Amino acid sequence: MVQSEQKVSSTHSSTSSSQFAIELRNISKSFGAVHANQNIDLQVERGTIHGIVGENGAGKSTLMSILYGFYQADSGSIHINGNHIQINSSREAIDAGIGMVHQHFMLVDTFSVLENVMLGAEEHSLLKHSAIDARKELQRLSDTYQLSVNPDSLVENLQVGEQQRTEILKALYRKAEILILDEPTGVLTPQEADQLFAVLQALKEQGVTVILITHKLREIMDITDTVSVLRQGQMVSHLNTADTSMQALAELMVGRKLDTQNHQRVDALPSETPNRIEVFDLCLRNAAGQYRLDHINLNVKSGEIVGVAGVAGNGQSALLEVLAGIVPPESGRFIINGREVSVSDPVDPRQMRQMRVNHVPEDRLKLGLVKAFTAAESSVLGYLHQDKFSWRGLLQLSSIKAMCRRLMDSFDVRPGNPNLKSASFSGGNQQKLILARELDKKPEVLLVGQPTRGVDIGAIELIHQKIVDMRDEGCAILLVSVELDEILALSDRIVVMFEGRIVAEVTGSEADKTTLGLMMANAHERAA
Amino acid sequence: MPAWLADLYAILDATLRLSTPLILCAMAGLFSERSGIVDISLEGKMLAGAFAAGSVAALTGSAWLALLAAIAVSMCLALVHGFACITHRGNQVVSGLAINILASGLTVVVGIAMFSRGGQTPSLASEQRFLPVDIPGVDALASVPVFGHFISAVINGHNILVYLALLSVFCTWWLVYRTRFGLRLRAVGENPLAVDTAGLSVSGLRYRALMICGALCGIAGAYLAIAQNASFVREMTAGQGYIALAALIFGKWRPVPALFACLMFGFLDAIAIRLQGVELPGIGEVPVQLIQALPYVLTVVLLAGFIGRAVAPKAIGTPFVKER
Repeated sequence: MVQSEQKVSSTHSSTSSSQFAIELRNISKSFGAVHANQNIDLQVERGTIHGIVGENGAGKSTLMSILYGFYQADSGSIHINGNHIQINSSREAIDAGIGMVHQHFMLVDTFSVLENVMLGAEEHSLLKHSAIDARKELQRLSDTYQLSVNPDSLVENLQVGEQQRTEILKALYRKAEILILDEPTGVLTPQEADQLFAVLQALKEQGVTVILITHKLREIMDITDTVSVLRQGQMVSHLNTADTSMQALAELMVGRKLDTQNHQRVDALPSETPNRIEVFDLCLRNAAGQYRLDHINLNVKSGEIVGVAGVAGNGQSALLEVLAGIVPPESGRFIINGREVSVSDPVDPRQMRQMRVNHVPEDRLKLGLVKAFTAAESSVLGYLHQDKFSWRGLLQLSSIKAMCRRLMDSFDVRPGNPNLKSASFSGGNQQKLILARELDKKPEVLLVGQPTRGVDIGAIELIHQKIVDMRDEGCAILLVSVELDEILALSDRIVVMFEGRIVAEVTGSEADKTTLGLMMANAHERAA
Repeated sequence: MPAWLADLYAILDATLRLSTPLILCAMAGLFSERSGIVDISLEGKMLAGAFAAGSVAALTGSAWLALLAAIAVSMCLALVHGFACITHRGNQVVSGLAINILASGLTVVVGIAMFSRGGQTPSLASEQRFLPVDIPGVDALASVPVFGHFISAVINGHNILVYLALLSVFCTWWLVYRTRFGLRLRAVGENPLAVDTAGLSVSGLRYRALMICGALCGIAGAYLAIAQNASFVREMTAGQGYIALAALIFGKWRPVPALFACLMFGFLDAIAIRLQGVELPGIGEVPVQLIQALPYVLTVVLLAGFIGRAVAPKAIGTPFVKER
């Protein structure tokens, strides 16, 4: 039954009367009591680029999983080119002409590009024969859409942008007529993102329908023809991109008015303001001997936010880990809040905390809290040795809970229940709890990594405000973030890291996205 | 032929015979582990296969039927492993361990019930076993110096399962690196989600890999009971399944390097047997126990020294969960 319907859809796709490449009617899906998707309607015209925006948890992923056969909708129907079809597996989605580029690439790292493209779509049982055909088709696709990737490179050696192109090639090789991209620019530099958009435009001109899921409104404005907004599992709006604005979309996503503001200092710091962090020639190498930190020199003054920009994996994490005392430096030294740290005189994170140096780690689930612990237990991590939380080895449960309640109140952590498992809070609320724990100690130096990764817009506002409040109280803050908007909104000064080095430094007021993007790819000097 | 050369040939000849179960088990493990399933139950599957072969050969008198029975029993255990690890996403090490314990106990219990010989199966007559065969035309080569000698003394005159084991290495290599199935098998061990989103069945691929694994373990078991020996003896696998697993890791989950690792273990075993009771110049007679321990000591040393550089299939040991 299903099989036959798919055949109909693929043979008649070009002659079908429907103008919609994809149409969803009344799709609903719930997990237990949670309505992830409620009565979703969506129509996307053939050969257009359609954006879907929404906060984390708005139901974007669920919707896409339904389209790609990971989940089955509880009710509602899917129509491809006007034909009603069932999608029960990825195979059926592929057969219906749907291709998906997942946020986390679905590639086999140890395989070549060619092998990845072939996988699951090999025509012959012997690889040799399949490879000949695949190579030819890959060449044709690269030429048509300017998707150049060397078919014999191993995926693990490719840049992120190239890996993404491989994913797109994979979908096109399977004759996808509808291409869905889930947060495609999260890991790309702005320049790579521009390349991607050029490819999407080329696809659109060839009649491919593109659906772009993102929370980056700028991209929606730049590239899409139409846009839908998801909020709390419901489609709240369908708009022509030309008729709307970023501000309007942001308000639709959140469901209330937002004022985006720039938090940089208005007045310059007096020149005699003391340095709280001073870094001299700091180096760290990985097991393979490559520099993760390559002679870093840096300073952060009291009452200043220094933003560290860079594409993920260029040494920002290493910098945070060394400064927080988690990893000892290999050579060089740094002075943090008056204490000199060097190879021969390292510190550990507890000493750091005693010196009022606090650290909000980049990966909250790995270093920030223990998922299986209750919120109360997570809220005293790192401070459990204090007498008020453990007296002669016995946990002081009531004061731990009281502490947790206080932190939850001050940062509006919801639900405000200290007995709940840390894992059952949303990402934003976990992050708020960690920030509350560290900021409550009134640090003089704050090291903070990706404070709003996976956090929704409402919570971002609050987190930014709290960080700025700390700055205004005289705290020196080192902010590592891959979100350029965040770096630009908060930083008084911005340093850009590339392959373990600081390649550029600008003041917050001078910086703009384009130049920062070039700096992040270390292309600013060549371009200038 | 000088005496030392004859000695060497004798050792190499024994090496091949002793390596055969290791090679078969290593190839079996390769299929399983490349698909992402840890398989420490090579040992148990081989043991159960050996018992099945010993019993069926004793009851029917047919070596070939015995071989088929060994394959069937071992595949059944592989199916149990798959049911626990693939369908029910259980812990692969625990499941493997359970199969080893099950095989170790059940072979003895059933053996006693059937034959009342303390867990052993009746001794087999020659025609109920796989006997050494001559490669046609090898006599013509025997007079050719060195090469001819080598062929006739080392390569010739094994039973058919020894040659089957060597053939299995080539077949494994061909299947894994030259066919569509092989590409998918390697992919499912590295990134099962990629396989799933490519529209393939992760479970289906892993079950197929485990079936091949079971079949090869069965052959290894049959070799022990009705080719190398003339009956099943309790615990006759004596840890060879684990050694094969070690060889597979040495060989970095590749067929040909794994073959060489197996031959190395076989060679150590052969030397240990050859050295028993021999006076070494300057050392004197080495205690038998020490020599018998040699392969195991070297296993530990080599594993500790080399395992760091071996990169396992990425998804090995983690059950595939589709829903997020």
